[in-house]
Amino acid sequence: MSKIKPSKGAPYARILGVGGYRPTRVVPNEVILEKIDSSDEWIRSRSGIETRHWANDEETVAAMSVEASGKAIADAGISAEQIGAVIVSTVTHFKQTPAVATEIADKLGTAKAAAFDISAGCAGFGYGLTLAKGMIVEGSAEYVLVIGVERLSDLTDLEDRATAFLFGDGAGAVVVGPSKEPAIGPTVWGSEGDKSETIKQTVPWTDYRSGEVERFPAITQEGQAVFRWAVFEMAKVAKEALDAAGLDPADLDVFIPHQANERIIDSMVKTLKLPESVTVARDVRTTGNTSAASIPLAMERLLATGEAKSGDTALVIGFGAGLVYAATVVTLP
Amino acid sequence: MAATQEEIVAGLAEIVNEIAGIPTEDVQLDKSFTDDLDVDSLSMVEVVVAAEERFDVKIPDDDVKNLKTVGDATEYILKHQS
Repeated sequence: MSKIKPSKGAPYARILGVGGYRPTRVVPNEVILEKIDSSDEWIRSRSGIETRHWANDEETVAAMSVEASGKAIADAGISAEQIGAVIVSTVTHFKQTPAVATEIADKLGTAKAAAFDISAGCAGFGYGLTLAKGMIVEGSAEYVLVIGVERLSDLTDLEDRATAFLFGDGAGAVVVGPSKEPAIGPTVWGSEGDKSETIKQTVPWTDYRSGEVERFPAITQEGQAVFRWAVFEMAKVAKEALDAAGLDPADLDVFIPHQANERIIDSMVKTLKLPESVTVARDVRTTGNTSAASIPLAMERLLATGEAKSGDTALVIGFGAGLVYAATVVTLP
Repeated sequence: MAATQEEIVAGLAEIVNEIAGIPTEDVQLDKSFTDDLDVDSLSMVEVVVAAEERFDVKIPDDDVKNLKTVGDATEYILKHQS
């Protein structure tokens, strides 16, 4: 039997840089109210959302990703040629094949980086980060770009008063690379496919093509069931991620939950009994729910505004359609 | 030991007070959570989860929508508590 030489990876991995892209068009609640019977006060009190960004025709999934990634690469202080793999998490790239990651890898000027898309809804960033960490430690890539990107406005039913105000567009990216010290904790992740009806696309594309349904597919959810799961079940997952990293809530500087809804964030903070010293991301107010993009976008904003700083310890948790979830503790870039 | 109707109403009053800031004395059997007590659909989930813990009862999502009044919730808990 021939002996196979193993690959040689880094001892640990860390996030080295972060970048975000928010579409130029800012959409206030007043615009949403043109199509639904609701009020600015109702939307704010149920979600915390004041404005969101909607992409225009030029702000494609690929274009937004390239912008966010360029910033992340610059922030990491590396060059695009050093990127060994590009992982894109999205549910709103409407061309099934090829993977949009390949176009992004090319446009960024990577040296034929491995590139692929993943589908893990609002947990996509955590899933991508976990893959990236594994690849770096295993040795199949030195630097990995993880991108969360969505054009959820394309998959929103603007006449559904329960979801019309919720979603936004944008891209967030991080560069993950080698580290001498642990800087990404163990991931606590999983799926609960028995709850797949809780958040879903209304109908498959094929039903729309065949004319079986006339309405373009959209994301729909059972609000109360999602809220209960997100707050109470995800608080347990967040606690497990903290335990797995050997930390207590008091050791945290920052909490960056998926920006689903500010009410969920508030309730999670309460349930987790986070000390007041922990900075909590509330980017949802002006960015809306951008699914896979929400955590890196919120991370970028906290660092840009100075609310968080490089080296801070942050708990990140994503959760959404699947249902799927992923939580881990990271050192901020 | 199972809670009495009186204990359940008093417990719900404390929960609603904690979550929505409504005075405990306003929480009466005939009061609607949404219309009278300012408990919206998301706060209702918090009330339900707190009630589950306090009264050792399971209230599935499908049943939550039927609990319109404090009386509905009290009756449900009385019937289902272990």
